[in-house]
Amino acid sequence: MIASVNTLVWTVVIITGIGLLLALALFLVARRFRVEEDPRIDDVEHVMPGANCGGCGFAGCRAFAQAAVAAENLDSVYCPVGGNDVMKQVAAILGHEVVEKAPMVAVVRCNGSCTARPKTSVYDGLKSCRVKSNLYAGDTGCAYGCLGCGDCVAACRFGALSLDPETGLPVVDENKCTACGACVKTCPKGLIELRPKGPRGMRQFVSCRNRDKGPSVKKACASACIGCGICQKTCRHGAVTVTDNLAYIDPALCKLCRECEAMCPTGAIHGVNFPKPLDKEAVKARIQERQRKEREAAAAAAAAAADNEKKEA
Amino acid sequence: MARRTFSIGGIHPDDAKLSRNAAIEAIPLPSAVYISLAQHIGAPAKAVVAPGDKVKAGQVIAEPGGFVSAFIHSSVSGTVKSVGVCKDLSGKAAPCVEITVEGDEWVEGVDLTPDLVTDIPADGKAILEKIRLGGVVGLGGATFPTHVKLSPPPGKTCEMLIINGCECEPYLTSDERTMLEKGEQVVVGTALLSHVLGDPHAVIAVEDNKPEAIAHLRGIVERLRPLGGPYAGIEVRSLMKKYPEGGEKQLIDAVMGRQVKSGQLPIDAGAVVQNICTALAVYEAVQKNKPLVENSVTVTGKGAARQANLLVRVGTPLRHVIDCAGGLPDSIAKVVSGGPMMGKAVVNLDAPTLKGTGGLLLLTEAETRRGAEGSCIRCGKCADACPMGLEPFLLNRLARADRNDELEAASVQDCIQCGCCLYTCPANIPLLDIIAVAKARVLGIIKARAAAK
Repeated sequence: MIASVNTLVWTVVIITGIGLLLALALFLVARRFRVEEDPRIDDVEHVMPGANCGGCGFAGCRAFAQAAVAAENLDSVYCPVGGNDVMKQVAAILGHEVVEKAPMVAVVRCNGSCTARPKTSVYDGLKSCRVKSNLYAGDTGCAYGCLGCGDCVAACRFGALSLDPETGLPVVDENKCTACGACVKTCPKGLIELRPKGPRGMRQFVSCRNRDKGPSVKKACASACIGCGICQKTCRHGAVTVTDNLAYIDPALCKLCRECEAMCPTGAIHGVNFPKPLDKEAVKARIQERQRKEREAAAAAAAAAADNEKKEA
Repeated sequence: MARRTFSIGGIHPDDAKLSRNAAIEAIPLPSAVYISLAQHIGAPAKAVVAPGDKVKAGQVIAEPGGFVSAFIHSSVSGTVKSVGVCKDLSGKAAPCVEITVEGDEWVEGVDLTPDLVTDIPADGKAILEKIRLGGVVGLGGATFPTHVKLSPPPGKTCEMLIINGCECEPYLTSDERTMLEKGEQVVVGTALLSHVLGDPHAVIAVEDNKPEAIAHLRGIVERLRPLGGPYAGIEVRSLMKKYPEGGEKQLIDAVMGRQVKSGQLPIDAGAVVQNICTALAVYEAVQKNKPLVENSVTVTGKGAARQANLLVRVGTPLRHVIDCAGGLPDSIAKVVSGGPMMGKAVVNLDAPTLKGTGGLLLLTEAETRRGAEGSCIRCGKCADACPMGLEPFLLNRLARADRNDELEAASVQDCIQCGCCLYTCPANIPLLDIIAVAKARVLGIIKARAAAK
């Protein structure tokens, strides 16, 4: 009986001793190889969305946190997924000022639905835009448009993209899109652009990338930008420019007046999330009336100038 | 001597040379030609004509846009209608000169007689300059400017000139017909090329499925040997039929038993390889002052209206070429420019022929259908077939996962896109399609890295 109590005591003592020894070893090793890390990195990482999508340009949320802590200010780091809310928290942790950025959204700039852009060949290869684009210009007459294999859908980690079975074109779910830019990098035709979401989601954009000349574009697609330049002439804010037979609306200058959309002969200019549908005819009439008045005013001014010249002579 | 072939990989598809007995025939001129300015590897040529200009066949219409570039000549006489862009056979825009055909007048100095000129100019530099001015590019498929290939970098010498008469692509027969009908010119062209390179040993390599061509060329070589000089060093060699024997690196292996290392050029192994048709073009440019403005194009296929080998002016719309070979039967679902292994599907029949267009293959729907894709069972057939010793099954997985570092380590950039892996895969996995995309991506990364240094 006594022997067994002794065994018990010795066991406890020895195991405790080993435990203490190892604890001491761990303590010494931890002191010797201690890594000094800014505790704010953990704090910043904690408020990040944790998607690790790489949309910020860094490898993941931890890498972003390290970069943000190391940076002098927050101008060069921005988490598009978390947006201004997360950036405010990050700024609070780091004691920096935050520059609020307008929320962005992915916009697909191709309008060539199955009906507008008829197929000219049958593609039976791998369902991948990258492979298809490597093989040829595409199975329609347009060499710039959507290939419809859904590489962007596969690239989106937020489930914000889907292919519309009716048009064959990708559709962005604005509520899910975080503007990480993965789809922009994936699309071999460069069709997707990150644009400001706009006030209450309202925005105006040219839904086409075709840079061919008008007649050949018309042959390929009924709803493409033909580079006619009417939108550029119509716009009073200098927001529309036509280069290489293709119009582009600068979101920074666009006042969302929808005049270009009304005047576009092919419907390549899209306006989304406007409260009322666009009454094209009414807007057109208004613009034409304004342009007529401007022409008359210009003619009158020219006549007056000529009169003045005569008088002076 | 034992028949030789390259040492690793390769496949044995049915060679289906349906059009081998059809003599080369010149086709009527089209009403207009569309001459692409980007029909060689390297910088596109710069047009030197303007709309409204009158041009004659053989006249320069575009000058080289860089060192690796080539002259482009009008293939017809007529009026320049436009200098702009036209869509190539894959539907992509390419810079192009459109010429309306009026008559058939050639520029002065071009010798159109069939007389054989065997005298080799003594000055190799003069030959090289004539090749450059003749706009000669490699006609084996890559269309690399010939004069650049014939100028080895300092310190490197050519030990052997190999003239590629393998025509290992199934169906195509334009090289075979050229060897049979223009054999003398090919041999003189070989002597010219050899002389530019300092009279190395020259081997005309032909696969053994063309015994008539081998016998014919051997006879000519023996007949011309007494002329001495470069003619003395020409040999015709029969190689075992195996695809892709006509690949540059495979051919060097088969003929010389040497391997061109990854990232190196044939000249590093002491070899220069030129195609049979390039040798003919060199003969015409040097001995006849006739620039490269026409080439032979095979029009073939099991469903074709007739089997034909046609002599076609550069820039002729593909539709016109096919019409001259009996038109497009309704059963044809797909037209391929080139052979079935490496050719490109044509989506635009209004696209013009290029200097390097060697054949048009017409396929019926049953022939074009792809099998349903299965799973990779790691049988290793693709790795056995790969003539570059790569592992296509591995590249496929890495490519789908975008693992570019590992792709580069696995030498995806060495892929010659011969299609052997795809041909052997029992699961119908589109290996070539996927690897081609990865190769382009990795080459882009390597180029960007080199540029950054």
